[in-house]
Amino acid sequence: MLETLLQGVLLGGLYTLFALGQSLMFGVMRLTNTAQGDFIILGAFAVIAGVSMTGASVPWGVVLAVLPLAFGFGYLLQRHVLNGTLGKDPLPSLVVTFGLSIVIQNLLLELFSADPRAIEVGALATASVPLGDTLALGALPLVILAVAVTATGAMQWMFTRTPLGRTFRAVSDDREIAELMGLKAKQVYALATGIAFVLIAIAGALQGMRTTVSPSDGPLLLLFAFEAVIIGGMGSFWGTLAGAMILGIAQQIGFRIDPGWGIWFGHLVFLAVLVLRPQGLFPKTR
Amino acid sequence: MNALLDTHGLQAFYGDAQALFGIDFTLSAGELVAIIGANGAGKSTFLKSLTGLLRAPSDAIRFKGESIGGLPPGEIVRRGLAMVPEGRRLFPSLSVEENLLMGATPRRAGPWNLQRLYGLFPILAEKRRQPATSLSGGQQQMVALGRALMSNPEVLLCDELSLGLAPVVIREIYAAMPAITGEGMTVVIVEQDVRMARQVSQRVYCFQDGRVSLTGRSDELTPEQISQAYFGIEESHA
Repeated sequence: MLETLLQGVLLGGLYTLFALGQSLMFGVMRLTNTAQGDFIILGAFAVIAGVSMTGASVPWGVVLAVLPLAFGFGYLLQRHVLNGTLGKDPLPSLVVTFGLSIVIQNLLLELFSADPRAIEVGALATASVPLGDTLALGALPLVILAVAVTATGAMQWMFTRTPLGRTFRAVSDDREIAELMGLKAKQVYALATGIAFVLIAIAGALQGMRTTVSPSDGPLLLLFAFEAVIIGGMGSFWGTLAGAMILGIAQQIGFRIDPGWGIWFGHLVFLAVLVLRPQGLFPKTR
Repeated sequence: MNALLDTHGLQAFYGDAQALFGIDFTLSAGELVAIIGANGAGKSTFLKSLTGLLRAPSDAIRFKGESIGGLPPGEIVRRGLAMVPEGRRLFPSLSVEENLLMGATPRRAGPWNLQRLYGLFPILAEKRRQPATSLSGGQQQMVALGRALMSNPEVLLCDELSLGLAPVVIREIYAAMPAITGEGMTVVIVEQDVRMARQVSQRVYCFQDGRVSLTGRSDELTPEQISQAYFGIEESHA
């Protein structure tokens, strides 16, 4: 049982990274990015392409190089595409990101074929940390969990303690008044999406290291991100982390009962939260 | 007459509905001018047009000799025209101090900063870490006023400072006015409370159905003139 819980928490770490970008974009501009999963996969393939082009034996340098590119990509995407879809009606943004999802999937299929690929991390992929006599945890999943917790803490700090976070909250509260104060909402949105895309690229790189990725994986990752955000509620990034942990643990318990039940079990918990507590477990506290 | 801010035949629309029918308004540096009028007379619409929240023709509004009609609100506040919006509109997820700091976004130089504001409204210093909307109505109005001052404007527009506040609280807010105008700040107040409006202002504009129905020095207008302009017993004088 302990092992199931621990594996669930480790899985939840990955899901946290899937969800943080979504949580940020929704929190700042009420934009649901239905291409979130596909952008994660795009991030993974960007690292794969970078590794094969540079012939690097370890991917870490390539990952670091991809992060600023991801920021720029997100910034420009928001500036030139997504800002035009925002408004009282959520439909345009849903349709446009859904369209982007299809474009990305087909682009990746064209460039990389449908074969699953992975990002090689050498010995780290199989290394494990023993815990007592019978239990061992994978080193890579532990690294992912550490990255997830660090990223969540950094996002929460940025959002609540820094001038940038203050502008994010102000624009989210009341765009008109924020603009009256001299803020450029469209630029603030672009910064938020840029940061979200850094998180997306980190998620993609780690997903590619932990398992394999193929161009059609995106929608399932989107679903996990979405479930984590909804379960956690929109109150804080820690809520997103908690939602992701709950989802990960639920899936592991499902896997334990029957190998075919894992993802389904996650959906059940998601559904239960949606019915019993639609505002999520940790809704906005102030 | 060297006007700091003036409008010429300013019209404004909400979609197809016309709300302002040619407002001529002028404001000199250092004045405190009150705009009075019944609900729906166009007072708030007028302030929204001045600050760029509503589209206006470029030449209809001139500020410091330049046409500012139709500029985005951020550009107008950077030029020195700030507003305390109707209903305060504080940012609920920001603390008192964070709300005030948002007002400083245009980074204009001037006498107003956190320290000065806390000197003017000591209660805000005490509550600076609390969520802004957890304060009492009067204290929230102080935050809204302070937030606008933080941009160090040349002209401060105040939309219904007294809205929903008890008389004693209204007096407390208006007691801060001399400290604000003392710096040479030019102020426009929109006010439903006619007595208060005449008391604090030098000149009054009365709006009725999107037109100026009366204007003059606050101490020269008679109550009869005002009530006629306010309630529109006769045809509009516009």
